Amino acid sequence: MTELKAATRDALAELLLTLADDEFVLGFWDSEWTGIAPMLEEDVATSSIAQDEIGHAKAWYELLAELTDDDADRIAYGREPEAYRHAALMNHPRTDWAFTVARRFLYETADAVRLEALSRSSHPGIAGLAAKMRREETYHLLHWSAWMRRLAEGDETRARIVAALERLWPDAEAIFSPLAGEAALVATGILPDGLAAFRAAWHERTATELRGLGLPVPIGYAPMPTEGRTLRTDDFRWLWGEFTSVARAEPGATW
Amino acid sequence: MVIPHRASADEPEAAIWAALAEVPDPEIPAISVVDLGVIHRVELAADRSTLRVELLPTFIGCPAIEIMREAIGIRLGELGVAERVEVMLTFAEPWTSDRITPAGREQLRSSGFAPPPHLRDLGALGQLPTLTVVPCPYCGSRQTTLENPFGPTLCRAIYHCAGCRQPFEAFKPI
Repeated sequence: MTELKAATRDALAELLLTLADDEFVLGFWDSEWTGIAPMLEEDVATSSIAQDEIGHAKAWYELLAELTDDDADRIAYGREPEAYRHAALMNHPRTDWAFTVARRFLYETADAVRLEALSRSSHPGIAGLAAKMRREETYHLLHWSAWMRRLAEGDETRARIVAALERLWPDAEAIFSPLAGEAALVATGILPDGLAAFRAAWHERTATELRGLGLPVPIGYAPMPTEGRTLRTDDFRWLWGEFTSVARAEPGATW
Repeated sequence: MVIPHRASADEPEAAIWAALAEVPDPEIPAISVVDLGVIHRVELAADRSTLRVELLPTFIGCPAIEIMREAIGIRLGELGVAERVEVMLTFAEPWTSDRITPAGREQLRSSGFAPPPHLRDLGALGQLPTLTVVPCPYCGSRQTTLENPFGPTLCRAIYHCAGCRQPFEAFKPI
């Protein structure tokens, strides 16, 4: 790829950080289900999906580290909680199973839209990774869609899934928060389209799926939260304490 | 793709591919990295300063890829065909389960793993694993059911065979 202008390079770094942090933090939340998911098969499935997400995060961090001449582990584990840029959707703890399923459903549908677009990126590293991720994410989306259907069919489970969707929807919008320097990314084709267009495609797709399940589409469309990728919660600070504990106890350790 | 094994200083490419064929997959040692289809490209500089090998990870988060990378570096280092050996990962094209060679599929089967259904026999990737028959690697029965599309490693799914009444694992089509 030809030499990037400083502004484009900064915007690209921000984009990669958001992609990596989304997958990283969600992967850690979901790994908490290992051993305590509703059934043994689900222990295996959720753990496997969480491992995929951590792997995707690692790949995005490595691409970022190459761009900024940094170290992937340093970026993943060496920041203060306030420097993470995951969407507000990932600020919540795992809560109950319906909450996790609702979050995964909102995330997977958004990620599917995002990866489809990124697989057409002019940046070969991004396009290649996104194309590979789409194949893996296909399994995730099938899995969580099946759980949505199951939970939508019971009385109590339906009530819980509806409540979780209402609670989470506004924070899911933050996945498509405008990026500083987004215009430069679109102009260079690194982003094939603006994030607002991704967001509209996600709305359409999610609404269609929810209607198909006989579930309400929450609150029309929530406004974009202003601190959608910067506001950090105590729940996240707790998770950060967990996932950085080894790195903080033994700085620079390799294993 | 694999050049027959005829190690000779005059034919470094053949020796390189033969050496690669001796590097096993760390999780399923019966299959080599060549038969698994993870070798994307092998490039030997004309002046033999650098031998560069590019790997396609089966799954992005596969922890075995680093072990493969190391093992390939060590094995090719022993060959001494270049001053420096570089083993890199690439996503220039996605690894797909169709890259496993016919010999590799047989090696999987003989170690108790059902090889993945061919992608060309499936519909869209979205309809993947449920709609096809995966024969039991132990008894060959086609009376099998998918228990879990997720298994003990990222690339494996769990099935049950009604013929021999055993669970088995299959490589995921991807």
